Amino acid sequence: MSPEKMTRMANQIATFFESQPVSDQAESVAAHLKEFWEPRMLEKLAKHLQSGGEGLSPLALEASKRVTA
Amino acid sequence: MKDFIIPTSKDMDMGTPASKSTEMVTLTIDGFDVTVPEGTSVMRASAEAGIPVPKLCATDSVEAFGSCRLCVVEIEGRRGTPASCTTPVTPGMIVKTQSSKVKKIRKGVMELYISDHPLDCLTCAANGDCELQDMAGMVGLRDVRYEAVANHFEARNSSGDVNTQFIPKDDSNPYFTYDPAKCIVCSRCVRACEEVQGTFALTIEGMGFNSRVSAGAAGDDFLSSDCVSCGACVQAWPTATLQEKSVIEMGTPERSVITTCAYCGVGCSFKAELNGDELVRMVPYKHGEANRGHSCVKGRFAWGYANHSDRILNPMIRDKITDPWQEVSWDEAISYTAKRLRDLQAKHGVKSIGGITSSRCTNEETYLVQKMIRSTFGNNNTDTCARVCHSPTGYGLKTTFGTSAGTQNFDSVEETDVVVIIGANPTDGHPVFASRLKKRLRAGAKLIVIDPRRTDIVKSAHIEAQHHLPLLPGTNVAVLSSIAHVIVTEGLMDEEFIRTRCDWDEFAHYAEFISDPRHSPEATAMLTGVNANELRAAAKLFATGGNGSIYYGLGVTEHSQGSTTVMAIANLAMMTGNLGKNGVGVNPLRGQNNVQGACDMGSFPHELPGYRHVSDDATREVFEAIWGGKIDPEPGLRIPNMLDAAVDGTFKGLYCQGEDILQSDPDTKHVQAGLAAMDCVIVHDLFLNETANYAHVFLPGSTFLEKDGTFTNAERRINRVRKVMAPKNGYADWEITMMLANAMDSNWTYTHPSQVMDEIAATTPGFANVNYEMLETRGSVQWPCNDDKPDGSPIMHVDGFARGKGQFIITEYVATDEKTGPRFPLLLTTGRILSQYNVGAQTRRTENVVWHEEDVLEIHPHDAEVRGIRDGQYVRLASRAGETQLRAQITDRVSTGVVYTTFHHPDTQANVITTDYSDWATNCPEYKVTAVQVALSNGPSEWQEDYNAQAEQSRRILPAAE
Ligand code: SF4
Ligand code: SF4
Ligand code: SF4
Ligand code: FES
Repeated sequence: MSPEKMTRMANQIATFFESQPVSDQAESVAAHLKEFWEPRMLEKLAKHLQSGGEGLSPLALEASKRVTA
Repeated sequence: MKDFIIPTSKDMDMGTPASKSTEMVTLTIDGFDVTVPEGTSVMRASAEAGIPVPKLCATDSVEAFGSCRLCVVEIEGRRGTPASCTTPVTPGMIVKTQSSKVKKIRKGVMELYISDHPLDCLTCAANGDCELQDMAGMVGLRDVRYEAVANHFEARNSSGDVNTQFIPKDDSNPYFTYDPAKCIVCSRCVRACEEVQGTFALTIEGMGFNSRVSAGAAGDDFLSSDCVSCGACVQAWPTATLQEKSVIEMGTPERSVITTCAYCGVGCSFKAELNGDELVRMVPYKHGEANRGHSCVKGRFAWGYANHSDRILNPMIRDKITDPWQEVSWDEAISYTAKRLRDLQAKHGVKSIGGITSSRCTNEETYLVQKMIRSTFGNNNTDTCARVCHSPTGYGLKTTFGTSAGTQNFDSVEETDVVVIIGANPTDGHPVFASRLKKRLRAGAKLIVIDPRRTDIVKSAHIEAQHHLPLLPGTNVAVLSSIAHVIVTEGLMDEEFIRTRCDWDEFAHYAEFISDPRHSPEATAMLTGVNANELRAAAKLFATGGNGSIYYGLGVTEHSQGSTTVMAIANLAMMTGNLGKNGVGVNPLRGQNNVQGACDMGSFPHELPGYRHVSDDATREVFEAIWGGKIDPEPGLRIPNMLDAAVDGTFKGLYCQGEDILQSDPDTKHVQAGLAAMDCVIVHDLFLNETANYAHVFLPGSTFLEKDGTFTNAERRINRVRKVMAPKNGYADWEITMMLANAMDSNWTYTHPSQVMDEIAATTPGFANVNYEMLETRGSVQWPCNDDKPDGSPIMHVDGFARGKGQFIITEYVATDEKTGPRFPLLLTTGRILSQYNVGAQTRRTENVVWHEEDVLEIHPHDAEVRGIRDGQYVRLASRAGETQLRAQITDRVSTGVVYTTFHHPDTQANVITTDYSDWATNCPEYKVTAVQVALSNGPSEWQEDYNAQAEQSRRILPAAE
């Protein structure tokens, strides 16, 4: 999976939760990622983060940090 | 287990439809007391008492007409001899069905009919299955006193002149013939076409002796008329006038088995009628609760693929996809496959293989495939084609209501007052449901259609939608939010429902969001293209018109905001209180026959059967206790993720049962690349489908006629599929999966699918009380069916939502990334048509191709003109993903700026064009919006040529070594 495709998918999820009235939006995004993304996709996400996380929206970036921590 | 053969009495034609009244009336018929609901005809009451009255023009699928007068009876205190079919019962009525007077009338009537009917019963295709014949016997007709001077059945009269009244047989329909010589002008066919099917293709032309049944306008035959070949008229016919060609060829069937159609999510019940193990015809079963005796052309007639010469009956293997196929024994194929898969796991890890369950296979088969993946393969890499259709329904309804199921049964439509159809084309996709819906619409219910195209349901015979909102593809959320905006700002919501059934504070927050002027129809019109006044009127109608129901299809889900749209639909239903009773609800129309079942059975990589996340310890323990071994607590790969992982080199082997992902999934080139990167692709199917071009193992599958099991339709109804003949390939699909699992060291010992259902019931709370014995007695049941709901659940959320309180979700519109621009100025959306099914693997191998032999591109006259395109010309359709070539059809059904095509034929491959964009929550692909350009073309695209060359190369088969 190309990094562009992965960041687009993560950003799409973040965009949805950005509009939700929840106390911790990053947590919701992280939970969604954990619920639906297979470990090797999360691994890729972690790698992408290590190299700067280019293209991830701020919320997606924050959530990615939590889920790959 | 013994096949279930229905007793004839249950199948008896009662003459007139049942009355729905709850008031009971008692009368006396031939000395017996009979109690029936008010509004019942004397004919039906008599039939219920076991005293059938002779009849010709009456049948219980249509309203009585009273034209033949064969059914006359005597009623005490009434003058004359009333027709029993048109006479309603009254309390205390005393009826005599036999008297010398009525006998004489009946004989006279029969004599007249028979005098104008050829006496060739012995060689007639309807011999033994003809009501005219039966009635002649019943009234004791022994001779005919009149000589027919003028008749309808002789091509030439006795002096050899041409008989102008004679009309030759119409053979144009591929499945049935119309022989006017045998018509008795009872108009049953005409009424069936109107009342049952709602197409109004047939009329009676002329008067008296000259009156004839005619299809379409003058000069039309059945094929060129509006007829959609549903078979309702053939079903209603009493003689050989309308006759299945298969019966003409093979003779009248001698036994029948009740089973379920394997095409769409309506899940119609059929009687498969056979001679020995030769299928003669499929007849809709009148006690089927989804279809109530109706059918469409696919289930009724398009079953010939089961015997098609393209069907592969022997297993085949090959090392590389460039090799020809080698036929081998089942043993060899299975052990070869098991070894290849285990070797891959040894080399690339446990998670390097996976499988795809089929929404066309039975629940039991699907359950076994996911069980094999989770317990034998040892990972959660299982997915199903529902990924690419209704996964957003699962996510959206689970979030809002607490369970992903549709809320109603199909009968519910009979009590609806306002119907909203969004992104669905029921007359093509779900025809039998559409007929039931149209019946209700003709009786006065109102209709709102939200669709980029002017689909048939928008305007057809005696039906016209009150509002059609032709939105631009990709703007569903904006339109639905505007509807909600109107309802909330004008105070039209059902406050009591919201207060009792949902969380009021949550709603208040939602109301604040949706009341913002940016959601007003005037503000969204620019982006959606929908007229603001029309939208306001539609919103008001939905909120105030009585029982409001929403039916939707893949035009909702297959978008990057698919899940959000589903939640917007749920919001609308909750705010108007349209849940938990008859006539309302949120109704996803499922595409394939067992999409619902495939989802229920744990096909998704993150969910075990019954929609429980794999990370839930308690759930895993339930299955571990029965399956043995540990279940991976992490979600597996979804189909698009599998393909990505394959290209990345970490996913190597795929077992694909009854799906053709290469044709059905978006962005064909990417699917091709993914499949080509795998080391072991196993296709388990009826035909060498497109995916098989990249396969190393081909396991021949069995048809729905060749196995036992269950399908679950769009209304959660679990219907039995019954084996009517032995599998031509040797094994039912569940047996093949079991052989593979056992070759990989599992120890499964099922001997019948009923044992699989017992395991499902033991592990899955919603199915707790389901078993084959119960289905045998009840016919079908809608889940949840357990101790709480022993009779199943026709309607969901009656006393409260599955999650407790219904949840309103903020639905912010987000434009898709797929945008038009100078290079790709048009939006392509895709769909399907009545006569073809999904990738067409089955229907293309039947006579249904007379209605649709190729995919065409619908384009608006304006868009065609500026490109110099004329109707029927070949055009090149291109997107950033790829290009293909197909014929243009110029029509104003689509708006300017929008083009449309179907995806039934592999040589067009609409999915070369679609992109890899997908729903944010579920990765359901965005099939419905692709930016494209259309131009005149000068031949097949390079891709089409390469593809066809590869396919031809890949389909070579070497005979088995002796
Ligand atoms: S075609 Fe058959 S069903 Fe139709 S009017 Fe003639 S006899 Fe009746
Ligand atoms: S097959 Fe169906 S649509 Fe065609 S004429 Fe008969 S009832 Fe009407
Ligand atoms: S409506 Fe669907 S289930 Fe019914 S006969 Fe047609 S294809 Fe089969
Ligand atoms: S059956 Fe009653 S009038 Fe024909």
